[in-house]
Amino acid sequence: MNKHVSPAINRRAFVIGTAAVGAGLALGLDIPFGGPAVVRAADGSPEVNAWVVVRPDDTVVIRIARSEMGQGSLTGLAQLVAEELECDWSKVTTEYPTPGQSVARKRAWGDFSTGGSRGIRSSQDYVRKGGATARVMLIEAAANEWKVPASECKAANSVITHTPSGKTTTYGKVAEAAAKLTPPAEVKLKDPKDWTIAGKGLQRLDTADKTTGTMTYGIDVKLPGMLNAAIKDCPVFGGKLKSYDEAKIAGMKGVKKVVKVGDTAVAVVADTWWHAKTALEALPIVWDEGDNAKVSSETIAKWLAEGLDNEHPAYVGNKNGDAKAAIAGAAKKIEAVYNYPYQNHATMEPMNATALYTADKCEVWCGTQNGEAAFAAVLEASGLPAEKCDVHKLMLGGGFGRRGMTDYVRQAVAIAKQMPGTPIKLLWSREEDMAHGRYHPITQCKMTGAFDADNNLVALHYRLSGQSILFSLRPEALQNGMDPAAFQGVAQSGEAAFGYSVPNLLIEHAMRNPHVPPGFWRGVNVNHNAIYMECFMDELAHAAGQDPLEFRRKLMGNHPKHLAVLNAVAEKIGWSKPAPQGVYRGVAQIMGYGSYVAGAAEISVTDGSKIKVHRIVASTDPGYVVNPAQVERQIAGSFVFGLSALFYGGCTVKDGRIEQSNFDTYNSMRINEMPKVEAVMVPSGGFWGGVGEPTIGVAAPAVLNAYFAATGKRIRSVPLRDQNITFA
Amino acid sequence: MANLTINGKSITVDVEPDTPLLWAIRENVGLTGTKYGCGIAQCGACTVHIDGVAIRSCGVAVSEAEGKQITTIEGLANGGTLHRVQQAWIAHDVPQCGYCQSGMIMAVAALLKEKPKPTDADIDDAITNICRCGTFQQVREAIHTIANA
Repeated sequence: MNKHVSPAINRRAFVIGTAAVGAGLALGLDIPFGGPAVVRAADGSPEVNAWVVVRPDDTVVIRIARSEMGQGSLTGLAQLVAEELECDWSKVTTEYPTPGQSVARKRAWGDFSTGGSRGIRSSQDYVRKGGATARVMLIEAAANEWKVPASECKAANSVITHTPSGKTTTYGKVAEAAAKLTPPAEVKLKDPKDWTIAGKGLQRLDTADKTTGTMTYGIDVKLPGMLNAAIKDCPVFGGKLKSYDEAKIAGMKGVKKVVKVGDTAVAVVADTWWHAKTALEALPIVWDEGDNAKVSSETIAKWLAEGLDNEHPAYVGNKNGDAKAAIAGAAKKIEAVYNYPYQNHATMEPMNATALYTADKCEVWCGTQNGEAAFAAVLEASGLPAEKCDVHKLMLGGGFGRRGMTDYVRQAVAIAKQMPGTPIKLLWSREEDMAHGRYHPITQCKMTGAFDADNNLVALHYRLSGQSILFSLRPEALQNGMDPAAFQGVAQSGEAAFGYSVPNLLIEHAMRNPHVPPGFWRGVNVNHNAIYMECFMDELAHAAGQDPLEFRRKLMGNHPKHLAVLNAVAEKIGWSKPAPQGVYRGVAQIMGYGSYVAGAAEISVTDGSKIKVHRIVASTDPGYVVNPAQVERQIAGSFVFGLSALFYGGCTVKDGRIEQSNFDTYNSMRINEMPKVEAVMVPSGGFWGGVGEPTIGVAAPAVLNAYFAATGKRIRSVPLRDQNITFA
Repeated sequence: MANLTINGKSITVDVEPDTPLLWAIRENVGLTGTKYGCGIAQCGACTVHIDGVAIRSCGVAVSEAEGKQITTIEGLANGGTLHRVQQAWIAHDVPQCGYCQSGMIMAVAALLKEKPKPTDADIDDAITNICRCGTFQQVREAIHTIANA
């Protein structure tokens, strides 16, 4: 049976032998495609190359560098390798190489980071080459054995056939010889239309263990002699730990040690986590909260609102014509101000990591979206060199961008370093997880649209005010101070390009960075930009007295791929025909992560405040679809994520800290609130887009636009919880 | 000390009587399929069966669970045969990250025991577990598949 092998169980998965050096790709890394020195897996099976190990029984082990967190890319990447390898899919298993092994082999597996919906699109080329190269080498090994030209042999389903004679052998029998061959300099990849494994809705490789409780997540790690830690970091971001009174918890059951973690946190280490948490709650702690304790949601909102004023400086992200002049001279103009709150990722599995530190080694076991970043964090926190550190990646109980951060890894190492030789599992309580997120950035947006006398849109001014993620997390990526990612979905060009042509356009960002730390929150800046733009587009259509779909279409002539997905949802939901009695529709479209997406919703509203979502149609053009069953799940899941955010997702700030502490104050959608999502995949080929995130952007505006159609009321502030609007 | 009966086995655990059953199961018994999500009986990731009823184990003290039959996700299969909910979950590829699915499966197994052919409204009432990945569509389809088998 197909299976993903957890590295916690099989952590010495393979031996690093002589580094295999092959044809590297020009990516600042050295991706080996095989030979001449054979690298062996722990069981002695040869690596044909870094991605492919073939065992004598024909089992194919495919190495996956990107992390699986539910999005299905583990299975999709394996499909791409297997497609080119021409192996028997029923004998495929997968395993993670560790970041330490990758570094020791000159980054043999390339980038480990799993975010930005990049899992498949950014590695498809070299993993397919990995599979194709291995296939060529396996065929050549068989041909050599038979003393026939390789051109007379072909491979299918892990069987190599010499066509003229009919002789056959299997991958398992020739893998040893293949591993010694020099890899081909070039391989030709299949045309996706000829795919037989990729492109199919095959079942995931990691399902079975998730139904029996046997899948190992970070929280489930057990090591001999392991102790458990619970932690509290200063609830005011930027504050410090002043003191704590350890004597007050002396003698509490199971407590082994109380440790300071950096300048800001304190942890209790105990035999069980329950004991650690119980003692931590009883521990008197004094914080030095600092000036940030004066900050509240109100003060932040006021500061951001000031940024909407044109008098203040702003970075220009997209521009043509002269929007300000056109607005000043227009026959008619409308204006609206929207806002979007902080939101916590709220992964079902709270942050955790297990660390074992000794004088000459530091190992960490955790779920991470970025194995290499976690590895770097281990090096830094432990003070040990790369060859003495490693990270063993486990299944993630949700990521959504949060587990691309390494704060919890650093903390675990900092605690373990104070207890050398004892493995320490650090687990955050849900309350700690809510208090120390890396929140969806907070923004406001003022939009002004202007029409000529014939109700044609002649100008649009889109002015964002608010937080930059890159300013906080990747300042090196700023461009003369501007955060280019702030314009996701409304950018001039690229993978998140604006889908409308407006003769006079100004899209700008007044950057204002409150003290609450922002992060990459699934969908990232697409989420608020899609609400602002697509709801305001509806306002513009209404002001022009036009159908929202037709109004959009007129502006999309130069954006055929944006238009195609919009048309796809319109057709599927039956836009040209009336909705059922009492049911109202809304649409939205956006581009993000290289993919074009659109959504349409049918809702009814009771008493102006109770929304029932009856139907959702969502279309996506990601270029290529590697596993339609998983893409469909990502589209449906994106609506759950996006609508949870719309209805419930808001983190407010009081006295410098986050007020929401658990799912009772930060709710998430349940099954009764969620209709079926009808997914329409319209892959047009020629490019590779992501699917884990873009659709989230259209979920909220599709429903908000339907709400306006139903009630005549515009909702310009998220979440609906704070407008006293709920699910029916 | 508490005497618990978990998956048909009698187990003595050295814990205070007010320890949540969830943590006794995970840390003292060592069965980690039952997950911690919130600790306040909101999310359902820790759902187990107590005398056949789906209960959020983070909100139950071990002292309250003594003398009762506790079933965790690890005890749902009958020997080598997976429970029909687990089988349907595999056939429908329900889990994404999978972290909430132990609790989801336990909640569904209890529902089907009580109502072998649940309507959509029955599912809406009984299944209140949080799934942040958003597997609800597959959950619903899998339940109907079992009910119609």
